[in-house]
Amino acid sequence: MKAHLSRRYLFSASHRLHSDRMSDDENQAIYGKCNNPYGHGHNYIVEVTVSGQVDERTGMVCNLTDLDGFIQQEVLARYDHENLNTLKEFAQDVPTTENLCIQIYEIVQRGFPHAHLERIRLEETLMNSFEYAGEGSRSSDYPLILKPEDAISNA
Amino acid sequence: MVYLTRKAEFSASHYYHNPEFSAEENRRIFGKCNNPNGHGHNYTLEVTVKGEIDPRSGFVVDLKELKEIMHREVLDAMDHRFLNKEVPEFLHRIPTTENIAIAIWQRLAAKLAAAKLHRVRVYETPDLFVDFYGEA
Repeated sequence: MKAHLSRRYLFSASHRLHSDRMSDDENQAIYGKCNNPYGHGHNYIVEVTVSGQVDERTGMVCNLTDLDGFIQQEVLARYDHENLNTLKEFAQDVPTTENLCIQIYEIVQRGFPHAHLERIRLEETLMNSFEYAGEGSRSSDYPLILKPEDAISNA
Repeated sequence: MVYLTRKAEFSASHYYHNPEFSAEENRRIFGKCNNPNGHGHNYTLEVTVKGEIDPRSGFVVDLKELKEIMHREVLDAMDHRFLNKEVPEFLHRIPTTENIAIAIWQRLAAKLAAAKLHRVRVYETPDLFVDFYGEA
């Protein structure tokens, strides 16, 4: 039988929301406090949901040791206690939590072989969270996921 | 269609062991969870049902009835129990969170008359949970 397994991890990072494609005034108008040139930080929670058949022999969708090891090595080691703006994936793209959520999805989707990735949910604060389940996908919980570019206009 | 979720908590102990594996394999695959004396968790159960709203009551499901079914079918069987030794489903199946979610689904699905079971979510800890939607 198919089950979904979700695991939550914590990391802390800083960022500044600023787009070179806009003027300083536009950046200030759109990003507000998040445009502070010195940056600011968050305790992010990343919730990884994978799915698959429950293995008859182990009772597991995938071994948590494998998932924890992968996320530690490929996600937490990359982002924890870093300034997101200094990383190459954010050389062009603004390190909004939308874009970070998609980056983490791509890392897990590409590299984790032990179960199917359903979605990444990323909490920036207790009040803000973002989900990405792949292009044009639908999550089981929500009938429609906004595309990240739609969400940015509401930020 | 409206979805309604009811939560409950239960505390239980378990351990992971497959008698078909060697002692060394059991330790390697299941790690600390292989301790035969067991260990415990405070589980949180979320049961989500779906249905149309009854025009007379305004309910998807009678919450009191849902609560009673959850107590009778799940909590009475699993709360403050050693799952491997006291819950029939786990005498020959490993009580992982995945299998606990499946067992709870099977216990509840047949008992819910008006509303349809949508999802069983079981939190083993706040950082780890399993969703089961009744999929084969």
